[in-house]
Amino acid sequence: MENSMSNPNDPVVIAGVRKIFNQGKPNQVDALIDIDLTVRAGEFVSLIGPSGCGKSTLLRLIADLLQPSAGTITINGKSAHQARVDQDYGMAFQQSGLFEWRTVARNIELPLELKGWDKAKRRARAVEMLELVKLPEFADHYPWQLSGGMQQRVAIARALAAHPGLLLMDEPFGALDEMTREHMQAELLRICAAAGTTVVFVTHSIPEAVYLADRVVVMSPRPGRITTVVDVALGRDRDELTREASGFFGKVTEVREALRGIELSLEARGIEDR
Amino acid sequence: MTTVERVRRAVALVLPPLLLGVVFLVAWQSWINISHVQPYVVPRPSEIWTSFVNDFELVRRASVVTGMNALVGLVLGSLFGFGIAVLTNRFEVASELVNPLAITIAAVPAVVIVGVLNNMYSLDSQIPRRIMVTISVFFVVFVQVVKGLRQNDATQMELMRSYAATPRQTLRKVRLPNTMPFFFTGVRTAAPLALIIALVSEYFGGTQDGLGSKISGTLSGSNKALGFAYVLGGALVGLIFFAGSNLLEYLVVPWRRRTRSR
Amino acid sequence: MTDPTPVAPAAPSTVRARRIRRAAMFVLAFLIVAALWEGYKAVGPEAGGRVVGVRVLARTNDRAMPHIWDMFSRFGRSEVRGGSDSILIVVVRAAWYSFRCALLAFLAGSFLGIAIAVLMARFRVIERAVMPYLVISQTVPILVLAPLIMSLMAYNSRDLASKTWLAAVLLGVFLAFFPVAVGTLRGLQSTASAPLELMDSFAAGWWKTLWKLRFPSAVPYIAPALRLAGAAAVVGVTVSEISLGVKFGIGRLILSYGQEATSDPPKLFTAVFGAAVLGLVMAAVVLGIDHLLMRNRQPEAA
Repeated sequence: MENSMSNPNDPVVIAGVRKIFNQGKPNQVDALIDIDLTVRAGEFVSLIGPSGCGKSTLLRLIADLLQPSAGTITINGKSAHQARVDQDYGMAFQQSGLFEWRTVARNIELPLELKGWDKAKRRARAVEMLELVKLPEFADHYPWQLSGGMQQRVAIARALAAHPGLLLMDEPFGALDEMTREHMQAELLRICAAAGTTVVFVTHSIPEAVYLADRVVVMSPRPGRITTVVDVALGRDRDELTREASGFFGKVTEVREALRGIELSLEARGIEDR
Repeated sequence: MTTVERVRRAVALVLPPLLLGVVFLVAWQSWINISHVQPYVVPRPSEIWTSFVNDFELVRRASVVTGMNALVGLVLGSLFGFGIAVLTNRFEVASELVNPLAITIAAVPAVVIVGVLNNMYSLDSQIPRRIMVTISVFFVVFVQVVKGLRQNDATQMELMRSYAATPRQTLRKVRLPNTMPFFFTGVRTAAPLALIIALVSEYFGGTQDGLGSKISGTLSGSNKALGFAYVLGGALVGLIFFAGSNLLEYLVVPWRRRTRSR
Repeated sequence: MTDPTPVAPAAPSTVRARRIRRAAMFVLAFLIVAALWEGYKAVGPEAGGRVVGVRVLARTNDRAMPHIWDMFSRFGRSEVRGGSDSILIVVVRAAWYSFRCALLAFLAGSFLGIAIAVLMARFRVIERAVMPYLVISQTVPILVLAPLIMSLMAYNSRDLASKTWLAAVLLGVFLAFFPVAVGTLRGLQSTASAPLELMDSFAAGWWKTLWKLRFPSAVPYIAPALRLAGAAAVVGVTVSEISLGVKFGIGRLILSYGQEATSDPPKLFTAVFGAAVLGLVMAAVVLGIDHLLMRNRQPEAA
């Protein structure tokens, strides 16, 4: 469905992937089946779907935090495992996962430390990233001194510290209030545009998925699979006004109907949505 | 908060316990004056203070003996507790074996082992008491550190995996810092315990120049004021240990200053 | 990311397997201690020795470190040469005596602790006045005051002068009281705000709210405090028995057997085992109370 023109050096190429949990046991779960997806360089792709559709599982397969039961995942032309070892991506989670015993700057330096960078280089890069996320004065603060939105910005700075080409995000704004969320979305777009990063972004929020992405991948559960891919043809220059444009609402509606279609078919099958 | 509000708040916090303490002391002093109780039964607070000041050297010497036993045991027990917990961290069996011992030591009057230990060493040795304190402290700290090592922040662990970090790197950079608050909870709990064990250990024989034996001896005799002076000395040593362990925690685990939820 | 699903209770067979494993580990732990004892006895220096100049190595001859088997076999023989009672009976009798004292101390101390905590929760002034002393009491050694309590009692009445066991119990009460007071207070003060607002909306008074809401929600805090109190009561009673020379208690037995240790080494160990069993029985009792209080509650996550 998706891979007609995929180039092996695309940042993310997923082919025929299946993920089964507890295979062979009575509580076997088909978390993902028949996943084919290609993400092009510099593209922003959102994954959205109801609970249990496997979007977070898919993200973790890309990150090599889980391994597929079948199929292949190629990151930058390498296996997902090699990509993780080579640190080709940065990841951000719903909890910022900042280390409370390290200052903001030292938190950002963490992946660089693990790569063996020397102190001066690390510090310079951390300062650069703080400028990028607009928090330069907070380098020597501790995480608990920052608000939730600021902590997530630091987490994003950390994810991008080693300048990976690929950013994987699992509902990073889920714990924030709506206003902060919208602000963070705009910031994320700005940062990724500046760095030319490819992004795979998991979310629960339809407006968020549409506002951020070039393409919205709609998934459905039981078994987890890709149902539709919505092309968000709104151009890359998005701002606050974009949220009020009719084109935006049109795309949001398109995604919502795709999701409702899933909901209805689940009901028809007599399955309760949890 | 304005300065006036701050002062008012400080006063509200300090005044009630201070008042309670003063009332208690005054009542004590008056009761003795009124009822003509002899000082060899219960001394007046004023007599206690006089004795404390006059016999300070005696109190100090006894406090040092017991205090040193407690300190040596506290330090050794904490180090062993931490070290062995980290070393055996990989082996679930180790903590499964140590836990029953920890529970037993906590539930039974373990200090009676000192009687056994005294037999194994010469009469003038402080080693049996120090061993006793070390054992008591070890189990407290061990249990806490194991608990801390077991707490794994899921997000932080996933993050480290996404970095392809080795288990050793994960241990050093994530799990050990996360364990420090637990370690210090253990040390804070063990500090007063160390002193109590050091004190009570002296009841079982051996040298009689520590606080425990002095208190027991003088309180059974007629110079009760001196006995209480020794008790006051013991209380002061206890407070020093309490303050010391809190200060250490404050210095080493600064990120916990804000949130003390654990 | 995931919905919190309710934890399904583990299958009975796994629960039983877990219990058996825990019991086995318990026994294995003590066997290892025994092995270490005998092991050191085999390799250690007879007259003790030095490590880095400090005399830390213990003596290993039979008088200082009797064999494990000797300790247990001593139970069977009589207490005094030519006496009629075996040591087992003597130790059990003494331990039973001390157990009753400790139980009394535990119950009284817990009751008092809860009462004070309720007062402190109700009247902030009382809390502010008493709390520092509660904290201090946990850091300074109260155990040493046993002789003082004794002389106070003796002063009050000649009859009380003989009741040394009462002084020991009082000290046990003192020691058990503090953890219960602190734990109960914390529990009473940690009631979630939403249920409190609900009770307010029902116009329920403070005492009703206490009975129906605060207390039940404080149980998870009171239960572990009771466990501490049980152990504290045992320690308080037995150690006070030693410093006061209470006639029938296990503490006195340990003291006198300790004095005979040079002539009859295993005897001391029998008394020590007795004290240990006493502590374990008390722990079992408190654990039982714990289970009673915490039944029907969400199982703690390991």
